[in-house]
Amino acid sequence: MTETPKTLLHRWVSAQSGDQADWLAEQLETLAAGGPERTLYIFLGFAPRKLGKADLFLTEADKAAAEAAHPGWRPEGWSVDGAARVLGLLTYKSDRAFVDVFKDLRRTSDLGEMIALYRGLPLYPDPESLFFEVGEGLRSNLKPVFEAIAHNNPFPRDRMDEHRWNHMILKALFVDSQLSPIVGLKDRANPELARILIDYANERWAAGRPVTEELWIPVRPFADHPEIAPLLATATAEGRLTKEVLS
Amino acid sequence: MFIDPHAHMISRTTDDYEAMAAAGVVALIEPAFWVGQPRTFVGTYVDYLSTIVGWERFRAGQFGIRHYCTVGLNSKEANNEELAEGVMEWLPRFALKEGVVAIGEIGYDEQTPLEDKYFRLQLELSKELNLPVMVHTPHRDKKRGTSRSMDVCEEMGVDPSMVIIDHNNEETVAETLQRGYWAGFSIYPSTKMGNARMVEILKQYGSERIIVDSACDWGISDPLGVAKTAELALKSGISEETVRRVCYQNALDAYGQSGQMKEEDWLTPPAIDQRTVYEGNSILRGGRDPLISVPGEERKANLIIE
Ligand SMILES: [Zn+2]
Repeated sequence: MTETPKTLLHRWVSAQSGDQADWLAEQLETLAAGGPERTLYIFLGFAPRKLGKADLFLTEADKAAAEAAHPGWRPEGWSVDGAARVLGLLTYKSDRAFVDVFKDLRRTSDLGEMIALYRGLPLYPDPESLFFEVGEGLRSNLKPVFEAIAHNNPFPRDRMDEHRWNHMILKALFVDSQLSPIVGLKDRANPELARILIDYANERWAAGRPVTEELWIPVRPFADHPEIAPLLATATAEGRLTKEVLS
Repeated sequence: MFIDPHAHMISRTTDDYEAMAAAGVVALIEPAFWVGQPRTFVGTYVDYLSTIVGWERFRAGQFGIRHYCTVGLNSKEANNEELAEGVMEWLPRFALKEGVVAIGEIGYDEQTPLEDKYFRLQLELSKELNLPVMVHTPHRDKKRGTSRSMDVCEEMGVDPSMVIIDHNNEETVAETLQRGYWAGFSIYPSTKMGNARMVEILKQYGSERIIVDSACDWGISDPLGVAKTAELALKSGISEETVRRVCYQNALDAYGQSGQMKEEDWLTPPAIDQRTVYEGNSILRGGRDPLISVPGEERKANLIIE
């Protein structure tokens, strides 16, 4: 039987809940029954106090189960409290639209909470309704919040339009964030992005700054594209780029 | 290692963070206060609280300093009833956030009935949530305002061991200590304490329940207040143990009662924090000796901007 993200989170968090197992079970029951939103705030506030902030312990089988439950979902690097918070949010039965609950949580969240809220993105209902919230997170200057969306998270690959996607990749470069943990980096490559990235590389070279090798991952598929090839040829002719980097 | 348990970093620059880290500050507490001018919307206050529980914490972490905060409605803005009511509605949502170590700074400014009302309501909240309280004592009519703050804490049934009475001076310290409260001293030029006077207080009162802070903010103030006081005290023959207690341990003991501030936070931080919000402190990594320099001094000496 395939497990859902919610049942997986439940299993993982329970396994690491130690002497707080009863507290966790009781809280989840209360959240599932609905009731005042205050219950949810308090659960989210207490999650790290009760459960600690250790890394989620995941076996290879767990990681495979995550992929099966939601393609592209990579909970590696999640912490117990973060997983519990997403679990609580998925469990809570609200009369309000999910996005409204999310928005209130997001704008009063501490750092750890905000990271957890955004890591849970692929698992929430009505993904289209969350676009504004995702935009707020991506515009944040909090690098770990940006990375909660951009890294190991299939939401951008599955839901973002090309403009938003391209700007996320570009921002990752600007804030010195790695590109390789971005889910769908190759699948969502496009000629417009390749052009933007080459422009960006030219700017860096002009300023005497290095260009990360990762930048070429989404450029390579379009190395022979009629609009891209001449740009690459110029950079190669000027000695800034080698053929090996592109192959 | 130092803790600065009262620093409004939202008003300070990256030079200040660098200088504090270089001087050995490993952790600091940012109390919620007014920002130099009154807020006129509840929303700006909410965003302010969100800034000190999130963004400022992240900023400090990039310089290897652990950032904590207190949340509260300050005495000045308690006089705007419409704003105050709105803030009181939102406050409980922030009080349980990670790194919130107290309700504060609360207390009196002009000792008005509205200040009194919201001071008492917030003392009630601190009891309900079992959080310490940071009390801002007034600049004007200070001695009476300080006594009154303690009277009200006791009337409300708050244990003095959970209360830090801040901005003490020679006139208020004896009563604060005698009644069992923690006594904070803000090393703030002109209006509060100077560090030479602070050294005299340490000579007279020792180290028990005394806490030194900088209270640096948007005014002329010094983020190295704690480090400089420690250095001056040592030079004046105060023992290392006393300095360690008033510039580090007492603040940790007082605010640690929240359960939100532990030495492990900077000595052995959790892996998740190291990946996200805390870069680690170069002094703790055994890098350099603590160095007191004027914020920005090193930058000015370096002409090249890369
Ligand atoms: Zn202050």
